[in-house]
Order: sequence, then structure tokens, then C-alpha cells
Amino acid sequence: MSDDNRDAATDETTLACIQVVELVTAYLEGDLDPHTRHRLDEHLAVCPPCQVYLEQMRQTIDEVGSVPVENLPEETRADLLDAFRAFHSTDNPSSD
Amino acid sequence: MHRTDVSIAVLEAPRPLTPSVALPSRGDRRYGCTTDRSALAEVRVPDAGVREAAPQDAALADRLRNGDADAFAHVVASYSPAMLHVARGFVSTSASAEEVVQEAWLAVIKGLDAFEGRASLRTWACRITANIARRRGVLDARTVPWTDAFADGDADGGPTVDASRFRGADDRWPGGWTEVGAPATWGPERAALDAEARAVVAEALSRLPDRHRTVVALRDLHGLSAEEVCDALGLTMGNQRVLLHRGRAQLRQLLEDYHVSKEGPR
Repeated sequence: MSDDNRDAATDETTLACIQVVELVTAYLEGDLDPHTRHRLDEHLAVCPPCQVYLEQMRQTIDEVGSVPVENLPEETRADLLDAFRAFHSTDNPSSD
Repeated sequence: MHRTDVSIAVLEAPRPLTPSVALPSRGDRRYGCTTDRSALAEVRVPDAGVREAAPQDAALADRLRNGDADAFAHVVASYSPAMLHVARGFVSTSASAEEVVQEAWLAVIKGLDAFEGRASLRTWACRITANIARRRGVLDARTVPWTDAFADGDADGGPTVDASRFRGADDRWPGGWTEVGAPATWGPERAALDAEARAVVAEALSRLPDRHRTVVALRDLHGLSAEEVCDALGLTMGNQRVLLHRGRAQLRQLLEDYHVSKEGPR
């Protein structure tokens, strides 16, 4: 908590840390209205802990992106391929 | 439910889940996404392609309609992981989710003519999966309908960071981080997390509440856009963001706990 952060608590046009942490997703999504976005940028500029928090949210998002994905079992996918072939072999009866 | 019960209903866009939000006009259906307009108005659309399938999707759909088995094998391999996450949002076991996804693919096979290219092919397949999974979840009497969860505001209300980490209302700096509550940096050497941390994230993701896990996985793991997630799950933009925020915040906290336990308390 830096002394600069005093403004965030006393000036009602700025945001407190407890509000910032609930706005980070909207901020990262680009969903904040310009005024709120500006207030949040101003807060971040003077509040290292909130900068850390935001950076950790970004790191978290990155890490989720590296979680191994699960897929359907090979056998199930083969069954589906058979079903696909069967469907297309019957729905196109010879026209002559 | 019976395999043969794949009706056209599962191919349709889901109904909006939040009664408290104004219902979209019928015209919104052309987007296939039941977003609430007020939320959309302030939202930047990051990917214009959401509204119309990419050209390669239209070409892919044509190949599928023509019975191209290679194309089908490709989409099954690439879309099924996201579809499994969709299914797990509604049913309780992996086995059940696999059955739902299998059923969804059968619906896709039979329903390809109904694909109009208004969403991406993957989003369309995810929406079909959600419709089938939702039904099955109700039959299993297992899931709290997503809409009820929003109505009671329980799991999706309240702060995402422990309030004790912030200064009280009578403090000189109300709502600011306390000395001990402030998050400590994970350190530059931690910027790329090690294999152990990665396992922590995978485990944490799997343990998130269904709705949070589903949205976080679709967005941050499978790379769907906000609009695509709304389209697939029948969420408003606002609710999608709430679920995403709460899910990400829980994961961040679990990662913080991991780092603190690893490096010791400050």
C-alpha cells in the first residue's frame, strides 16, 4: 500500500483497491465505460499491489491456456466416423 | 434419452437464462446469441467473425455435407475437447459428458443442413452439445439450472477476494490493501510457471464450480470469444463476464496459495 493510494480512498472519483479487484475482468475484456476505465488506469498508476493483482490475473489466464485438453476416446471417434460414413452412404441413393 | 430422439430442437439457439434481463427481440435470433442489448452496447466486438462463420467454416460445412470423412474426422478431433467442457457444465461424470458429446455429433451429422453459418461451426456444435447436456442434466436431476444460480445470487455474488485483506471503512484508506493482505509478486523467475504449478492450475480448473469452469475453459483454454460462449451456452454478455471473473479470480487465488506455500509466507 503506497501513500499515493490515499487519493483512491478519499477522492470519490477514484477507486479503492477492493473495487479494482472486482473490475479487472471487465477491464481486461475492454468492457468498461471510458470513465471507469480512466479511473482504473489512474488507480493502477499509483498502486503497485493492484498492478501485481492485475498481472497475476493475466498470468492465470495464460496458465489456463496451457492446461492439457481431453478428447473423446479414439474408439468413440472411430464410431462417429462410421456413423458419418453410414449416414452419407444412405442419404444419397443413386438417382438412376 | 434415446439416441433417436435427436430432434431439431437441439439445433436451436438456447433460450435466455436470466429472466431479470430484458429478453432480446426476435431480430436478435439472427445472431444466434441471446445477449442483452444494453450489455452489447458498451462492449467492443473483438471478433467480427463471430457473427458470420469464417469462409473456411462455410467450406468445411460444405465438405461435411458432401460426406467428406477426412473433414469430419478433423472437426471431431478439434471440436470435441471444447464440447466435452460444455457437457461437463451440465452432467456429473466424464463418461456422461462423453455420451453427450457423442450424441451431439450424431445430431450434427443429421442436422448439417440446418447450419446456416451464422455462428462458427464449432460454436454451433457447442450449442447443440449444451442443449443435449442441459436436457440430460435435468433428467439426472443433478444440476441446479444455471438460471437459478443467478437468481439466488449466492455463488455468483459477494467479493472474489477475501474482504479481510482490505482496510475497513473507518481506516484512513478504506478499501485499500492491508500490509499483509496485499498480493506479493510471484517473482520474475515465476513468470513461466513450472510443471508443478501447471498441474496445480489443471487441478484447480477441474475443481471450479460447473458454471465457472465451463466459461473459463471455453474462453481461456479453448479460445472461444465472449460472444461465442454466450451463443453456445445461452448466456447474456453480463452473466458470461461474471462467471469468467469469478472463475479466474478463484484460480488466481489458488495459484497465490501455491506460491505462498512454496516460498513461505512473507
